[in-house]
Amino acid sequence: MRLFPKEVESLWTLFTGPSIWAAHFLGCSIAVAVYCEKAGEAPITFAQMRLFLVLITLLALAGIVLSAWLAWRQWGFGSGDPPHDAPTREDRLLFQGFATLLLSGLSFVAVLFVAVPLVLIEACQP
Amino acid sequence: MTDVSVTELSREEREAQERELREVWRTPSGWRYWTSVNNTEIGLWYGAAAFIFMLFAGVLALLVRVQLAVPENRFLSADVFNQAFTLHGTVMMFLFAVPIFEAVAIFLLPSMLGARELPFPRLSAFGFWSFALGGVFVCGSIFFGAAPNTGWFMYPPLATDKEYSGIGADIWLLGLSFIEVASIAAAVELIVGIMKCRAPGMRINMMPLFAWYLLIVAGMILFAFPPLIAGDILFEMERMFDWPFFDAERGGDPLLWQHLFWIFGHPEVYIIFLPAIAIMAMIVPTFAQRPIVGYSWIVLAAVGTGFLSFGLWVHHMFTTGLPQISLAFFSAASEAVAIPTGVQIFVFIATLLAGRVIFSVPMLFGAGGLAIFVIGGLTGVMVALVPFDWQAHDTYFVVAHLHYVLIGGMLFPVVAGIYYYYPLINARRLSDRLGKIAFWLMFVGFNVAFFPMHLSGLRGMPRRVFTYPADIGWDWFNLISTIGAFIFAAGVAVVVIDVVRPKHRQPKQEMNPWNAGTLEWISEPEESWGVRSIPIIKSRYPIWDQPGLLDDIKAGRYYLPDAQDGARETLVTSVLDARPLQCLRVGGTSILTMVAAFSLGGVFIALTFHWWILTLVCAVLTIAAIIAWLWTGTAEIPRLEERDIGLGKTLPLYSSGPQSVGWWGMFITMAGDSTAYASLMFGYFFYWTIHDDFTAGHAGPGIGWPILAAALFVFAWFAMLLARRVNAADRPGMTRAALISSALLTVAGCIAGLAGPHFYAMDPTAHVYPAIVWVVAIWTVVHAAVAIVMQAYCLARSLAGRMSARHDMDLQNVVLYWHFLVITAITSFGVLGLFPAVR
Repeated sequence: MRLFPKEVESLWTLFTGPSIWAAHFLGCSIAVAVYCEKAGEAPITFAQMRLFLVLITLLALAGIVLSAWLAWRQWGFGSGDPPHDAPTREDRLLFQGFATLLLSGLSFVAVLFVAVPLVLIEACQP
Repeated sequence: MTDVSVTELSREEREAQERELREVWRTPSGWRYWTSVNNTEIGLWYGAAAFIFMLFAGVLALLVRVQLAVPENRFLSADVFNQAFTLHGTVMMFLFAVPIFEAVAIFLLPSMLGARELPFPRLSAFGFWSFALGGVFVCGSIFFGAAPNTGWFMYPPLATDKEYSGIGADIWLLGLSFIEVASIAAAVELIVGIMKCRAPGMRINMMPLFAWYLLIVAGMILFAFPPLIAGDILFEMERMFDWPFFDAERGGDPLLWQHLFWIFGHPEVYIIFLPAIAIMAMIVPTFAQRPIVGYSWIVLAAVGTGFLSFGLWVHHMFTTGLPQISLAFFSAASEAVAIPTGVQIFVFIATLLAGRVIFSVPMLFGAGGLAIFVIGGLTGVMVALVPFDWQAHDTYFVVAHLHYVLIGGMLFPVVAGIYYYYPLINARRLSDRLGKIAFWLMFVGFNVAFFPMHLSGLRGMPRRVFTYPADIGWDWFNLISTIGAFIFAAGVAVVVIDVVRPKHRQPKQEMNPWNAGTLEWISEPEESWGVRSIPIIKSRYPIWDQPGLLDDIKAGRYYLPDAQDGARETLVTSVLDARPLQCLRVGGTSILTMVAAFSLGGVFIALTFHWWILTLVCAVLTIAAIIAWLWTGTAEIPRLEERDIGLGKTLPLYSSGPQSVGWWGMFITMAGDSTAYASLMFGYFFYWTIHDDFTAGHAGPGIGWPILAAALFVFAWFAMLLARRVNAADRPGMTRAALISSALLTVAGCIAGLAGPHFYAMDPTAHVYPAIVWVVAIWTVVHAAVAIVMQAYCLARSLAGRMSARHDMDLQNVVLYWHFLVITAITSFGVLGLFPAVR
């Protein structure tokens, strides 16, 4: 079994990082919204939910790191510098790799941003 | 010039080709001019209409400013004032800011991508006519004192109060739903155009940045507009039939509207901002005379902003009493979006620093706009902080913030674009002198008008008050704002004068007067064929880097230099590397699109006034027009299978399934449709969340009927898969039998789907639970009814000998529709039947 997937040629890989951010963001906000409305009948405490969301956050960050690693590989492990504007398949791949890597970085930071309230806020505080 | 050598054509042969092309792409004359579907005409009309709406809304703003100039003013009554500011916001957002980008895109994109046309020109025309008609309807209402008057975001319970809002709210809801149709049509057109119709060789690392931005924006439209359409449906059901979606007394909740509105409304800000920045991304390299620095970083910024902008909507709802931890998530995302937004501004600055800057009117507007936008961005970072927002919410501080963002981030760059691209419209430049005067009037006037609003807001002046007392320290700020607004308006007037003043005495200029590097400058304002021949692209700035490109294109030395069969043609290429795949024949001049748009407009207008019979008549007319349009203009079987496109290359003329642009059009449309559906389901679960028992003791649709309905839809879907399979084996009899049985199963599924709520006597006016169940069931059944029409259409195509194993585009697209439908049906009836039992 291979540890990392084979390189795929598709436009969609570009959106991996942001999609993970979106899933994480939705997961956190929906979980909190439902929990805070239904706190009376919830089988778990706020602290437990917070812990669960922190785990989800770590999972999301791991996913983004993986996507960044794949992008870095597609970018030839940083062997060439941008702008990657030659009319060749190679340069197109390098461009995709580099742009995906940048987006993974942004997504990583954005997930951290969204996770900050989990660290700082200890209750629903309606 | 190319890798393939060709024999040079003689002058006669070239002229014969040009005559052919000119004839095929000719714009009709007389009244038939308006039936044109050519992207240059549609783009121009679209832009002109949006601009006229903008001027109209600008006049409304001036009326508002006059009223507020002095305390206790009686210039406008409270009611007219409410209508004026509501219409001002609505028109600026829906009839100017979003459509102007569609206009620019439809006008510029084909030549920028090196294509003759976008893939669905008739769809663009349909979108334009829908927009124009809807816009006139919404704007006209104020002359009858019937304009919407509850603010541009229409909050219930104010806007659901029929006594206060009158017919205005219906005009808003129905008029704008109609215009949203136009926006989604444009999104489909742009996504497929950018992904599939680029010139050969224009790989994705060489796409003009404008196209990157537009691709992202069109994707955002698909996910942002449908929630508003879903909200509009709920809202209109409440206003028309008293279904209590937002009525708290019967289990509804006004907050659901706020969620649905802002899930649309916040991304919309970026849907407006990104295309304007895209224009800047084309202008800056031209006036720095060098390629953009950090192409990939711009892609990062566009994609990043596109995604993050969907995580901000609750920052419009910070004062609604949601749990603070929820607010904090949205506050965090609102701060994060400043990162990609800042990146693009630094990219522009870096490009200017690295090049030799030529100062010009477009640069003046661009730079001035960005300076204003940065101030708006910074106040945005302030109001994204929850505690600050609690102080500033609904004050003039927010009014100042949003105008800094929208006028700096959108209006100034658009004016820059007008000055920059005007030579493409009539081969002449606008006046530098007038441009500079306009800029300084607008720049100074803008800041004089809007900067004081920060201060009046911080002094507590709420937005939307029609007057105020003299002694509370707001009067001077307001007077200064009003003076500034008139200076600003004078600047806009100078731009208008410059655009419309006659220029026939001015000599025509050479193509590409700014010495730009990108492909849109190959288009010839005098010809309507788009590009004379479709070039092979080898650079991000082909005009700079490919010597002789313009001459070769004009001499017809590239692809498709002729119009052999008298059909309008362009090339379809692969998504990543732009390899030529197909020669696509696109629809030509037609009145059908206009008939379809006007009759659909009739449906919406008749609904506003509850004229049910006229609604029905217009609906039938719309369906007939659309079917006629499809029958005569799509999936045509070509005379020959292949076409010699020049340079020794032959391409197929027909393709179906994922290879075809029609399949992509369907896929993208259904992605948007599914978003609207997801928003309705969000409503269902929203009500479950906020109530201890969301059924409030009302009967549900039972389990049996919904499950039966879901099962029947699954069988119908299987029958469609079977139809596709036997059609591929070229067995028309079996195909028809499968289509008919699938249609019958669908009818049975619809009956079973409605039987649940019907037999359990669910009264949608009694409580929100039966209402939301009915809406979900009806949504599914309406989609099934459309599926039945599609099945009948395929059957008719088969009987008419227009569908076969080789030519199966219609069936492929309908099966794709069915994939979406079966997911909808399983989800709807699964949730309606099972969720009340398992919760």
